[in-house]
Amino acid sequence: MRKLWIFVSALVFAASAAANDIGQIKVAKGDVQVERSGARVAATVGMPVRATDVVVTGANGSAGITFSDNSLVSVGPNSVFAIDKYRFDTTTHAGEFEGSLRKGKLAAVSGKMVRQSPESMKIRTPSSVMAVRGTEFVVQVDEPAAAPAAAR
Amino acid sequence: MRIAAAILLLAVAACAETPKVPVPVASELVAVIPGPDGHVGAVVVYSGGTMQVLDQPYEARRVRADGSALPELLAAPEISRAFRSTLEALPGRPASFTLYFLEGKDELTNASRAEMEKVFAELKRRPAPDIAVIGHTDTVGNLSFNDKLSLARAERMRELMIELGIPQGRIQAAGRGKRELLVATEDNVSEPRNRRVEISVR
Repeated sequence: MRKLWIFVSALVFAASAAANDIGQIKVAKGDVQVERSGARVAATVGMPVRATDVVVTGANGSAGITFSDNSLVSVGPNSVFAIDKYRFDTTTHAGEFEGSLRKGKLAAVSGKMVRQSPESMKIRTPSSVMAVRGTEFVVQVDEPAAAPAAAR
Repeated sequence: MRIAAAILLLAVAACAETPKVPVPVASELVAVIPGPDGHVGAVVVYSGGTMQVLDQPYEARRVRADGSALPELLAAPEISRAFRSTLEALPGRPASFTLYFLEGKDELTNASRAEMEKVFAELKRRPAPDIAVIGHTDTVGNLSFNDKLSLARAERMRELMIELGIPQGRIQAAGRGKRELLVATEDNVSEPRNRRVEISVR
């Protein structure tokens, strides 16, 4: 009985440690920074990603993240992508994923949570919300200053 | 259709000819693209109090700051070009492998041992790979029993992989219980093919 209890508490600990890391940086090219609790660090391949992280890329930067539900997100140059909310239950596949593309470019492939509950993944931009029903898509938010070139 | 296209062109031309407005307007573009297997899903765009479903290959909307979302006619190569560096940064798709244990033992079947070789080959192909080990059960027993059993199976596989040299920080174990059957059965059916562990390399 006691042994069982130790086993159970070990599991709870393992689960909480895993809950912090919601994904990993798999691709980091050029200038890529991750903003976490007010501090900015250069992103490296293999670095864990947490909910509320903000990924910021420079003019030559791009980055790719794999999340724990197997969803994939990449950002292009001059982009700011904030992970606002991320929750994924590995047993039931229930969860929610909310991210904001403040500027720049993003590509996304939805994962297991969307397969379980469509529209559980949402990407916000300054003037819209994209709810994902299971697909691959791209989003671009032009910078106001660069409007003539970007608006074509 | 042709009229609509003409109107759109006029609208685009009108926009192009009125850049004198000093207020900078950030516009947005969203497009659905087919996956590597050609599958196209759907994205719902909520803006300016409206909702639009994009579910055709390369279907796109240009969203203005006022929330209006107009169809944007873009050919596949245009999207690929505009998003080239972004799409190139997408991580590799997770690869999935299924392994079986000998009944009542924590020893892999011969076929699964060969499959394990493929897992290691896949690990070598990826930068900073991580692994999700997901246990599954058949439908014998209730939900919570199978949740525990599937997690125990995954944990056992995780230990095995750590013994084989994979850093423990790179492997997560999870149990799906009887929620994701490989072979559909009624409840309370013993089915060896459902008693499995899935390894997702990403």
